[in-house]
Amino acid sequence: MTAEAPTSLPAWMLETEGGGIAPSGRRRRRGAAERTLDGVARALERSLFSEELAARAGTLQEMDPRLKTVCLAVLLLAALLVRHLPVLAAMYALVLVLAWASLVPLGRFAGRVWLFVPLFTGLIVLPSIFNLFRPGDPLLVLWHFGEGASLGPWQLPAELAVTRQGLQGALLLVTRTAVSVSLVVLLVLTTRWSVLMGALRALRLPRVFVLVLAMTYRYIHLLLGLVTEMHLARLSRTATRLPARRERRLAAAGIGTVLEKSQVLGTEIHEAMISRGYSGEPLTLSTFSLRPADLPPAALMLLSAAAAWGGDRLLG
Amino acid sequence: MAETGEELVFELRDVHFSYRDHVALDGLSMSVQRGERLVLLGANGSGKSTLLKLLDGLIFPDRGSIHAFGRKLTAEALADEGLARSFRRRVGFVFQNSDAQLFSASVRDEVAFGPLHLGLEHREVERRVADTLHIMGLEHLADRPPYHLSGGEKKKVALASVLAINPEVLLLDEPTAGLDPKTVGFLERLLNQLAEAGKTVVTATQDLDLAAAIADRLLVLGEDHRRAGEGTPPEVLADRRLLLESNLVHDHPHRHDGREHRHPHSHLEDHGHRHRD
Ligand SMILES: Nc1ncnc2c1ncn2[C@@H]1O[C@H](COP(=O)(O)OP(=O)(O)O)[C@@H](O)[C@H]1O
Ligand SMILES: [Mg+2]
Repeated sequence: MTAEAPTSLPAWMLETEGGGIAPSGRRRRRGAAERTLDGVARALERSLFSEELAARAGTLQEMDPRLKTVCLAVLLLAALLVRHLPVLAAMYALVLVLAWASLVPLGRFAGRVWLFVPLFTGLIVLPSIFNLFRPGDPLLVLWHFGEGASLGPWQLPAELAVTRQGLQGALLLVTRTAVSVSLVVLLVLTTRWSVLMGALRALRLPRVFVLVLAMTYRYIHLLLGLVTEMHLARLSRTATRLPARRERRLAAAGIGTVLEKSQVLGTEIHEAMISRGYSGEPLTLSTFSLRPADLPPAALMLLSAAAAWGGDRLLG
Repeated sequence: MAETGEELVFELRDVHFSYRDHVALDGLSMSVQRGERLVLLGANGSGKSTLLKLLDGLIFPDRGSIHAFGRKLTAEALADEGLARSFRRRVGFVFQNSDAQLFSASVRDEVAFGPLHLGLEHREVERRVADTLHIMGLEHLADRPPYHLSGGEKKKVALASVLAINPEVLLLDEPTAGLDPKTVGFLERLLNQLAEAGKTVVTATQDLDLAAAIADRLLVLGEDHRRAGEGTPPEVLADRRLLLESNLVHDHPHRHDGREHRHPHSHLEDHGHRHRD
């Protein structure tokens, strides 16, 4: 570990390189991998860790977190049971009203959900809208195979078509996912994380479950910090854009380093928590208490859940 | 841990610790007196952080024993919730890496974390948080998330989060690394005030100025992960050979009136001549 001073510096190090700092006219463009990693990190950081929304004086923010969690969970359950698109659409309208009353910016709230849910769920359900996998009434014929066509051992229908049943099923699933995700996002956005953990414990969720959630949250934060830091460190060392292949390789190596660093730091965080008395039970300074003002929004949510479920039954 | 009046806070006998096959401490025996200001001096990698984690009961020796407040410190002993709680209330640890120590959503939550989890009443927790933020000059940051603060502010929050527990033993790992001189001065005064109030303060550092400012006794850890020396600050800091061998000062050539010579050099005190460069 003894840092021996080099006897003599290499000649190039004694030179002063470069002149002034003249612009070259060419801009450094950021590569896709780099942009994505950094962008995702910052978006997540902003949406997960800024508790700015949770601090606003909106309807859901003011509610007792235990009652709020129960009400939103009941709505979630209803959304999972409902089988008619119009009912789900009505539930989504209620979600938007709740978001609006809680001073959540509607554009961003809805935009994010509708961007990501169709992307992930949509890809999975896409095949099921064709009559190849599930027979049904054709809505839109795309291709005529002709009678008796087959693909190897696989008997093809006379024509390739999008079916009504397939499309309905897919729409139902995507909407259901969007409503469910929106409900969860609404809960997280309007509740400070430590308070939410406390509420989950107060609702008698197992300690280990809450512990895992809480640690996951800290790890995500840690990972995001490391990604951003490494990105900055790289930015300061690279002036030009690298070829795509090298860039991807650097990103992959970066992810490896991040995971390794995060493990070491994660251990330390856990030790730091233990050192200050943590034993797996999340505690907060906020005390929970039900107030009369909590009742109207709670009643609205619970009655809506009941109405959605009952209405769905009536529709058959 | 109900004993009172013991003179020894910690007693270590022949402690060995390795990370897998990487030795970090190789047979260390030492003790910490109640109320003393002890500084652990050692170069990077000599095992200071490891030693502090052992003292805080976060890791346990492979061989040898550690007694804290007259009781043997083992994983089994600390598995007892009551014992763990009283131990954690009596011993506070400020980590070297503030990012590891700061995990709450706001500075206020961070400072409240220890007192809350150690079972203090809510009223008392609130009072302590307010007082601690006040003495550390952190009131204006109370609602900010700790991870967006500057290095010096983070260190203060980390210290505040431990002070709010009001432990009788404070363990600090390189508390001044990377801080500006003003913050360092603030920290030195605070640590000395705490020691005057009867707290035991154990600080790991490689900063000889800090060591001179806050120690009654210095314990030097060598690069072989063993004790290299011990004594009062004047004794140890005057022992150039010890400091040189432990890699705490370095030896570098100077030119005086055209002649070059070498002598051990630290930035502790002026050594009577000026460097030309
Ligand atoms: N988590 C770890 N895994 C493996 N080796 C480690 C770990 N932490 C420290 N070490 C090694 O143990 C030795 C002592 O480290 P440490 O106690 O951190 O020293 P110091 O704090 O004095 O710099 C060093 O050689 C270091 O590389
Ligand atoms: Mg260290």
